[in-house]
Amino acid sequence: MKKPSGLTRAELKKNAPFYVLLAPFFVVFVVFMLIPVLATMLLSLTDFNSVQMPNIVGFSNYIRIFTDDEVFMIALRNTLVFAVVTGPVGFILSFVVAWLINEMSRPVRTTLTVLFYAPALAGNVYFIWQYIFSSDSAGFLNNILIQLGIKSEPISWLADTKYNFGVLMIIIIWLSFGTGFLSFLSGLQALDRTFYEAAALDGLKNRWQELYYVTFPQMGPQLMFGAVTSISSAFAVGYHNRVLTGFPSTEYSTHTLLLHAIDYADIRYELGYSSAISVVLFAMMILSWVVIQGVLKKFND
Amino acid sequence: MTTLISACRRMYMNHKDKKRVSLSRSKGGTFSIFLFMLIMGAFMALPLFYSVIQSFKPLEEIFAYPPRFFVRNPTFDNFRQVLVLSDNLWVPFTRYLFNSVFITVIGTILYVSISSAAAYPLAKVRFYGSKTFNIMIQWTLLFTSEVTAIPKYLIVAKLGFVDTYWAIILPYLSSTMGVFLVRQFIVASIPDSILEAARIDGASEYSIFFKIVLPSIKPALMTLTIFAFKDLWNTGLAGEYIYSENLKGLNAVMTQISTGGLGRTGPACAVAVLMMIPPLIVFIFTQSSVMETMTHSGLK
Repeated sequence: MKKPSGLTRAELKKNAPFYVLLAPFFVVFVVFMLIPVLATMLLSLTDFNSVQMPNIVGFSNYIRIFTDDEVFMIALRNTLVFAVVTGPVGFILSFVVAWLINEMSRPVRTTLTVLFYAPALAGNVYFIWQYIFSSDSAGFLNNILIQLGIKSEPISWLADTKYNFGVLMIIIIWLSFGTGFLSFLSGLQALDRTFYEAAALDGLKNRWQELYYVTFPQMGPQLMFGAVTSISSAFAVGYHNRVLTGFPSTEYSTHTLLLHAIDYADIRYELGYSSAISVVLFAMMILSWVVIQGVLKKFND
Repeated sequence: MTTLISACRRMYMNHKDKKRVSLSRSKGGTFSIFLFMLIMGAFMALPLFYSVIQSFKPLEEIFAYPPRFFVRNPTFDNFRQVLVLSDNLWVPFTRYLFNSVFITVIGTILYVSISSAAAYPLAKVRFYGSKTFNIMIQWTLLFTSEVTAIPKYLIVAKLGFVDTYWAIILPYLSSTMGVFLVRQFIVASIPDSILEAARIDGASEYSIFFKIVLPSIKPALMTLTIFAFKDLWNTGLAGEYIYSENLKGLNAVMTQISTGGLGRTGPACAVAVLMMIPPLIVFIFTQSSVMETMTHSGLK
């Protein structure tokens, strides 16, 4: 493969079939991925309200975000806590489960894979948690707690600010066995067995050493991929909060950056401001990706 | 206790499996793994299992106090009720079903086709911009459809696709996960020498794509099929681009029934159960292909 010299006529002609194959995806990618991301960045510098022509207002949206928006600060804190807890917990749990079922016999492994991936497949079924965490005394969890004598009064799990945040985290973790989990499991399946035999002969004492010295170094690329999918879902939290705890939630207790951006776009039509909130979210995602990339690279070397 | 532990052991030591355990595990270790998997498994399965049970409960059992976990007199009433309740909706149930099936089938076919067509040049050819494009695809894996929903809505509106099936299908096609997975699969499984040999024999790039590349990436195509199927079938946030009742999918029925209060628990669970069956079946059948594809999903 020679390095292309530039977009010349000869190059175009030679690679024409490839451009044709690429074209349909390229168009949808540009229109529905690249332009939305770039447009968000540009709109964040304007006062666009979806009716009038936007004026450029410089960084005033950002100044307002950080100096004059208390709810933003709540949303920022919630998003960070959500991401910092559900991201790593989801990542580690799906790795541990993949690691444990990896060596099980085929039928057991297959069944458990379906079981752990089922919430991601069933998607919308998460609303079932509403019935489990139902606020009256006939609710599934409340009833158990009352029958066992742990609580005397039913708890409104999804409205009470003491509980609803934790409850949502549990539900998000339940949903988090997604593509990352599948990647871990198939990565483990494909590992070279000879390394393990050699390492066992070399005197590895236990499973932990095996995991640390043999498995992790070979799983680097899968761990990176899992990190991407974890970050992307951990920061995008909000959609499920809206359905389960209401919008806006009690005292904004489960408000997140995504919901804050939706609030300003759909309800207040302040799209410029809403875009600035989204840009902050993008920046956080990219920053955490760069940091995690650095950590995992160091770990692999 | 000893039988339990030996049962756990048996879960692992299947001698028909070529991959043998190389290091032994202590009894306590085996038992704690079993316990951990039991708790995790229960946590994962419980909500799904609960919705299946609820969907077969007659109304008086749903409202029984104290509530019972298991169903005593299972009935199909809730499933029948779904049809009755959706008769009160604006359009018949079959219309919602048709919309869901249409969006899922057309969307999945388009997604698999354009993603695999784009993946071949990106995997095997250096052309102007190929490197940049590959990097962009990896970076945009970060952005789920939710975080770009607002500007995407503006574009869908500008293009006049609001309130059509395309409002759900077209934005979904831009998801880079598919191109990424197929590209990785091609890089790992099709050697350049085969492509060179075909070129020397005078095959055009199109016939190479259709006759050599596509047949050898079947597992990747199956994987994209299940991913697109589950995403489009469940629709999620994109469902908000559609206002007309006669264009909405099953997920709209589910939302409408489940927001109808506690009395609707049974029918809501019945729709949920009906909706989770198709993606589960597709996944069970494509599972081995998915695993083969995900092997190459690593990021370097």
